[in-house]
Amino acid sequence: MTGTAAPAALAAHATLAASAPGAISAPPIEYSQLGPMLVVFGAAIVGVLVEAFAPRPARRGTQLALSLGGLAAAFVWTVVIAASRQVFANGSPGHTAIGGAVGVDRPTLFIQGTIVVLAFISVLLIGDTRFSPFVAQAAAPPGATAEQEGLAAGAMHTEIFPLTLFAVGGMMLFPAANDLLTMFVALEVLSLPLYLLCGLARRRRLLSHEAAMKYFLLGAFSSAFFLFGIAMLYGFSGSVSLAAIASTAASNTSNSTLLFAGIALTGLGLLFKIGAVPFHSWKPDVYQGAPTPVTALMASCTVVSAFGALLRVFYVAFGNLTWDWRPALWVIAVLTMVVGAVIAITQTDVKRLLAYSSIAHAGFVLTGVLAVSTAGLSSALFYLVAYGFTTVGAFAVITLVRDPGGEADHLSRWAGLGRRSPVVAGIFAFFLLAFAGIPLTSGFTGKFAVFQAAIASGETALVIVGVLSSAIAAFFYVRVIVLMFFSDPVPDGPEVVLPNVFSGTAVGVGAAVTLLLGIAPQPVLSLASHAANQLFVG
Amino acid sequence: MNGFPWLTVAGAVPLAGAIVLAVIPGLPADAPPADRQARDALAKWLALAFSLATLVVVIIIAVKFQVHGPTFQFTETYSWIPQFGVHYALGVDGIALVLIAMSAVLMPAVVLASWHDADPAFPGGRPAGTLPARHSVKTYFALMLVLETMMIGVFAATDVFLFYVLFEAMLVPMYFMIGSYGTGRRQYAAVKFLLYSLLGGLLMLVAVIALYVYSSRSAITGHHGTFLFSVLVHVPLSPNVQKWLFLGFFIAFAIKAPLWPFHTWLPDAADAAQPGTAVLMLGLMDKVGTFGMLRYCFELFPAGAKYFTLLIIVLSLVSILYGAVVAIGQAGLKRLMGYISISHFGFIVLGIFVMTSQGVSGATLYMVNHGFVTAALFILVGCLIARRGSDRIADFGGVQKVAPLLAGFFLVSGLAALSLPGLSPFVSEFLVLVGTFTRYKVAAVFATAGMILAAIYILWMYQRTMNGPTRAEVAGFNDLRIRERLAVAPLLALILFVGVYPRPVLDIINPAVRATMIQVHVTDPVPAHPVTAQNGAAP
Repeated sequence: MTGTAAPAALAAHATLAASAPGAISAPPIEYSQLGPMLVVFGAAIVGVLVEAFAPRPARRGTQLALSLGGLAAAFVWTVVIAASRQVFANGSPGHTAIGGAVGVDRPTLFIQGTIVVLAFISVLLIGDTRFSPFVAQAAAPPGATAEQEGLAAGAMHTEIFPLTLFAVGGMMLFPAANDLLTMFVALEVLSLPLYLLCGLARRRRLLSHEAAMKYFLLGAFSSAFFLFGIAMLYGFSGSVSLAAIASTAASNTSNSTLLFAGIALTGLGLLFKIGAVPFHSWKPDVYQGAPTPVTALMASCTVVSAFGALLRVFYVAFGNLTWDWRPALWVIAVLTMVVGAVIAITQTDVKRLLAYSSIAHAGFVLTGVLAVSTAGLSSALFYLVAYGFTTVGAFAVITLVRDPGGEADHLSRWAGLGRRSPVVAGIFAFFLLAFAGIPLTSGFTGKFAVFQAAIASGETALVIVGVLSSAIAAFFYVRVIVLMFFSDPVPDGPEVVLPNVFSGTAVGVGAAVTLLLGIAPQPVLSLASHAANQLFVG
Repeated sequence: MNGFPWLTVAGAVPLAGAIVLAVIPGLPADAPPADRQARDALAKWLALAFSLATLVVVIIIAVKFQVHGPTFQFTETYSWIPQFGVHYALGVDGIALVLIAMSAVLMPAVVLASWHDADPAFPGGRPAGTLPARHSVKTYFALMLVLETMMIGVFAATDVFLFYVLFEAMLVPMYFMIGSYGTGRRQYAAVKFLLYSLLGGLLMLVAVIALYVYSSRSAITGHHGTFLFSVLVHVPLSPNVQKWLFLGFFIAFAIKAPLWPFHTWLPDAADAAQPGTAVLMLGLMDKVGTFGMLRYCFELFPAGAKYFTLLIIVLSLVSILYGAVVAIGQAGLKRLMGYISISHFGFIVLGIFVMTSQGVSGATLYMVNHGFVTAALFILVGCLIARRGSDRIADFGGVQKVAPLLAGFFLVSGLAALSLPGLSPFVSEFLVLVGTFTRYKVAAVFATAGMILAAIYILWMYQRTMNGPTRAEVAGFNDLRIRERLAVAPLLALILFVGVYPRPVLDIINPAVRATMIQVHVTDPVPAHPVTAQNGAAP
């Protein structure tokens, strides 16, 4: 599983360990290979300085330019690394940087590139401040004077941009982390800003506070479990490096209790982040309460990042133990698909609906993960891209459908939307059809890819569960379409605002990618399969 | 042989039409009704023109088709998604050709018949009480044209992935046509239709993927998975695998076709859909089910097909009798038509699965005839609904006296539906029964009972609607307008022509049927008394 890189990584560790007793020597830092993450973190830090020193009117524009510029630069840098002959010389699967703490390999770069692009679109949505979705002061309780004043001044929390960038930086590091401690740090770096971002919604403040609190508490629990799992695995193998755990697991069969407890607990931490059943209960509340642009960020980038980390841990560290974790993950995948699809049927809030849909989709990606093959990895990667773009587009549409008091989240308000604004409703219906996996959309190609990988690995039963839950899921997607197109409009129904450059780009890119990956998926498929060809470096 | 891509052109013309219709700019909400009508009329004429253009292209294909040529003609193959071995591969054999031709013939008729179906103000367009808000007329016709593209594509596809994609994508325009433009319980019917079909389709997806995985393990493909039909037929599959994959495909097709007990979506959908939509659904779309059984279930999984033959023959007999009996008891014309179709689809499936060349030829011809007959009947039912605002049989009576032409057309179509000799369905039904008799005598007996029931449901319905004293509400009926005549007359002419002289159609079908039978490795049973011996003994 770990390929040729394992000895190299071990050697790196050996040198690190050899010099340890005397003085801790600084590991080499390969700045050029870490560039994308450094750019994002750098932009975030500059953003903090802007908050401190720039006058208030200038902040929004500066922050927006800084964020978008930083993400664009990070993307370019990622592409440069991926194309670099130096990193991937002689068919090398990639490198580990900073003494084996961070992996620079094709799957990671693919995931990072995806995250950066999706984050770029999410930042565009965050930047669409026409309806000021964010509070002026996060600390102000609902109805407080400070909030009223901020509202009157039309101010907004421009810290949201650096916070987003920190979260995105963490998301990029999360799947790249090649030892569990680094991964834990990345998990916290990506989570803490997200907790805060969830609480920033200007309307329905209490819901937003509740979301933030819930996310924080449950997230803290899962982080603790993750950390505990790391401790177990350290106790088992004497190392936190994924490759070292893998090699110990291959040779040492005595302390298997520690190992299995470690797998379970680290797995729990990771499954929490992707929202797999039974660790999913935060998702609907958080998706509903968070400001919609932030939900878009979480639903796309966080899921991609968490799946990246999950894939790396399970394929690299536990790659030789598939017989041990596959049955457990199998059950979780089945539960995730079925529960996500079934509970979504009863939802009446469009954001909660998409939250449950995102749970069901996590189950579909797990199907690809369970294939444990290069085809499985590449199909999971493709699915994440397809799902990420559709999701960002769908949430972007939600920001456009507005009641006087904010977004029209309740599904009954969407009745007859197809008559009032056929274009927006049509695009949303297209996204829903993509979620349902109707052919000629990216959702179908993605499903086809993961199911194909799973059947090729002999997981036919899992795939049958998958298609049955797809059929259930189709019911609630279709229900929304029925509401929008076949029902009569509600009186004084929501107004659909014209998208501006920001939200328009988000919707447009989402729809274009969804269509393109449905009709001509080959370029992205070959990119994903090229990325997955050599799995992760160990 | 990548010559001129005739099939792609045939599929592209209606798609282009749909795009042209879609980009006709809308009018502001306060535009005068006259402007709106002019804009809508433009959309309708354009839809008609594009469907006629498609017909021309298809006629060219039919003329250029060499009856004694290779099985698949007009082939085109381009790589589409190399990662999965997916090709954009088209080609027609005789069976696919006649079905494409049927689609192309029906489409202009449906456009003509649906002229006012989407109009907002047309009083008869919707039965009272269900008048929904204004709808986009151009969208209705654009959806029709999109559907035609997919129909042509689904019959012409020779790549299983391409077939599957179109098979599933086809649901979307039909779903919107029922849900947005239907009457009565249209939402319920549309969702039921979509979910049923989707469930079948998803089970089929598992089989499609499994087929691909098996192909990638086979030495014949050089261990590169493929979806090309021409390659897949040579991939050896164990009988056990064939059974499962056969089921995966068959259930999807049985839902579409619709075979008892997978039929329950159909009466609801037929009832809720506009007559034109119902023609497209019953006459065209559902043929993909029987076509799929013949092309994919048979040729890809012959062992599976043989294993399930008896079960399916029983199901088809149940369909024939059940559909016919329930049809007799219907109060609404549209629902009645739905059940008639269930009965007729039973005949088609029976003809396919008795696995004799007469049966399969008859079933294929039946698919075409059923398309024309259903279209004629449904369009005429549409004319009745447009005049009366209701499709309940009890609301009519004595139509014959006020609208003789309408009644006459209705009678001819009805007689065709009960397979009167001289009309084309007789030929196909006769072939199916003969094909059945040579192998399964009991089944043939039961199926023949379906013909008797057909006489009851057709004639009794005719009697109640057209004969008898003229009801007051019916007295003001106009006879058929030019537009309506133009929609129905060509169909009736075709029914008559094929009924008298079916040979040109059978000549196209038969080589393809022979090729199919060879692929399945079945031969016709030898008659107990050889024909020559009988002739010799006659004097």
